[in-house]
Amino acid sequence: MDVLTLARIQFGATIAFHYLYPPLSIGLGVMLVCMEGLWLKTKNPVYHQMARFWTRVFALTFAIGVATGIVMEFEFGTNWATYSRFVGDVFGSALAAEGIFAFFLESGFLAVLLFGWDKVSRKMHFFSTCMVCLGAHFSAVWIVVANSWMQTPAGYKLVMHNGVERAEITNFWQLVFNPSFMERLSHVLCGAWQAGAFLVVSVSAWYLLKKRHQDFARASLRVGLTVALVASLVQVVTGHVSARGVAKNQPAKLAAFEGLYNTTSNAPLVLVGYVDEKDQRVKGLEWPGMLSFLVGFNTQTTVIGLNDFPPSDRPPVTASFLFFHGMVGIGFAMIVIAALGFLYFRHGSLHERRWLLWILVFSVLGPQMANQLGWFAAEVGRQPWIVYGLMRTPAGLSAIVKANAILTSLILFTLIYFLLFAVFIYLLNDKIQHGPDEQDLIPSGKLALPTELTHHPKT
Amino acid sequence: MNLDLNTVWFILVGVLFTGYAMLDGFDLGIGALHLFTKDDTERRTLINAIGPVWDGNEVWLVTGGGALFAAFPNVYATVFSGFYLAFVLLLVSLIFRAVAIEFRSKQPMRWWRQMWDIGFSAGSLVSGLLMGVALGNIAWGVPIGADGEFAGTFLGLLTPYPLLVGVTTVALFMMHGAIYGVMKTEGALHDKLRIWAMRCIIFFVICAVTLTMATLLYVPRMAARLHDHPWLFSIALANMLAIANIPREFHHRRDWLAFLSSCAAMITLMMLFGLNLYPNLVYSLPDPANSLTIYNASSSPKTLGIMLVIAGIGVPVVIAYTVCIYWIFRGKVKLDRMSY
Repeated sequence: MDVLTLARIQFGATIAFHYLYPPLSIGLGVMLVCMEGLWLKTKNPVYHQMARFWTRVFALTFAIGVATGIVMEFEFGTNWATYSRFVGDVFGSALAAEGIFAFFLESGFLAVLLFGWDKVSRKMHFFSTCMVCLGAHFSAVWIVVANSWMQTPAGYKLVMHNGVERAEITNFWQLVFNPSFMERLSHVLCGAWQAGAFLVVSVSAWYLLKKRHQDFARASLRVGLTVALVASLVQVVTGHVSARGVAKNQPAKLAAFEGLYNTTSNAPLVLVGYVDEKDQRVKGLEWPGMLSFLVGFNTQTTVIGLNDFPPSDRPPVTASFLFFHGMVGIGFAMIVIAALGFLYFRHGSLHERRWLLWILVFSVLGPQMANQLGWFAAEVGRQPWIVYGLMRTPAGLSAIVKANAILTSLILFTLIYFLLFAVFIYLLNDKIQHGPDEQDLIPSGKLALPTELTHHPKT
Repeated sequence: MNLDLNTVWFILVGVLFTGYAMLDGFDLGIGALHLFTKDDTERRTLINAIGPVWDGNEVWLVTGGGALFAAFPNVYATVFSGFYLAFVLLLVSLIFRAVAIEFRSKQPMRWWRQMWDIGFSAGSLVSGLLMGVALGNIAWGVPIGADGEFAGTFLGLLTPYPLLVGVTTVALFMMHGAIYGVMKTEGALHDKLRIWAMRCIIFFVICAVTLTMATLLYVPRMAARLHDHPWLFSIALANMLAIANIPREFHHRRDWLAFLSSCAAMITLMMLFGLNLYPNLVYSLPDPANSLTIYNASSSPKTLGIMLVIAGIGVPVVIAYTVCIYWIFRGKVKLDRMSY
């Protein structure tokens, strides 16, 4: 294999693995804030027990997220040195801001969240949990700023520097609020909230199935299902807005998502199907006019097709199409699952519907797969550009790195990441089997509750 | 030396990496010493001494890397792609260091704990060594082509001088970590660490003296810089006094002052390194004309200005809450059910 392919595989593999964890940290962060907030408000110790249990899971995901995240920051330089020189002026600022505003906040207050239970007051602990959650969100903000700038560059000018062209900032706020930033950020954050909420839902549903820790499970489900349903519904809106943004800013990408070759009004939306690249058409079930309607709220809206672009400027169609439709399909399935779960939970009959509980147990995989597929779609759909319209992916490669160096690192990281993933699953399962700690119903240290409150939740 | 934006960022990147050395330095040092005790409770105590803070400490490296990317993208690109395998090894070490801390305590089996103990210790040791080797190569000079790309090989990075800097860095971190450990522990482990710390101090002093001689003898441009700017000698003197003060304070059981002296030694060492390098960031050998400097490798003045505003807002806040968090976790380590 050539250097370019290896560099792309290595980067893609390490970032895909990394991206399993930050959404969980962001989503579980929100769940922890909800649980601890509810505890402060209601003083019901089961919320304290929940916060404690999910904090332990959070610590596990956070550790792997940090360990694999530092790789990413180095890899722009190792694999994509030419790209780094080209965008450093713009892109580097976002990464540095992420370090200063997000990572310090997150990791600093994580200490209090994990180890400060008995050392600080309840309010101070809640404040720390909020700061960890906020830090995780800030980190999403800055990394989406950087990535969105690669999709829709703005606030820059091209300048010759030492005889090489590069992008330099002209307006920082235009750079940050580049055309696709807000919609992509909201889409990413909703996906992360879903990831966290469905993890809580999945574990709680499993406890109900096994008739273990039922009070804990019910309380967790109430919080989890609510966040899951809200996030899944809002996700439709953010997804729609993002797709409209793609239609406007990156028409070739949208055309690839939908397998649309000829520019047309009354463009159909593909519900299920596949792209026949030879015949240049989609085979499957289509909804006539719907794509045009979604893009412009009018079936007569013209949607640009791939044939308007020279073949060298088109993204890989089949891959973009499949990733995109996989993500959308899972997204809608999550709404149905969350809604069913929520309704039966409110009705009080969820514990009797074992089929639904089993679906909820496996629902944790949904947001993870959708988040992965969504990123694949976003990044593959941007091809052949590394910075949309400005720099092609092969041009961004490190000039001096040899194939065997990348291959060595690819093998090394693959082995290590398999090990980490196996250990993660093993330990996560172990924590779930162990379940919440009974002694967490009795907060200790400075967190101790006033005595008039019952230590045992009603059954 | 005029204080333009490029120089300010040269200093700020230096501050970030020095901050990293002073903070994560003791984490890596504790890691390097970890296997010297066989007792599980003592190992747990050591890990929990750094447990709440190591993560935040590592962020100094992440932010330093980000700042280097933003302020001097050409250096970031050239060094990171040039030192490819070295950085991959560094990343692997940092990964093992990080996950071992989290994973170790989660199972009671002896083989499990032994496995992550080795991961933690080897990860810490190799991280420190590789960072030192990278620093040593920058101090010595590396082959840079006319195109601004690294023109050497991986094995070419492992020459005696950089390796000496690597070993010195490990010694420095071990000393730093041992003193930190003494402050955070009590009882038998405390007494044991006190003996180790003394040995680490001796080890470091030997390394530091050797490195100083090697630098003056074999890195002529360093000696020439000192010759041209005699005031630099005051920093060298301050460095020597800081180092000499470590065993003195430690002997009098003023561990906190010994720790501060160790920090001062790091600061003055980094200052010497920076002042010898300035205005270069990567000194090119054999052709100095290809060196990457704070001017030819930097971002635009506008970006450097924006970054300065970001740092000006962010860094004071970071320092404020970092101090608070260290304050919350002050005192000797007590193992409880939340501990690692």
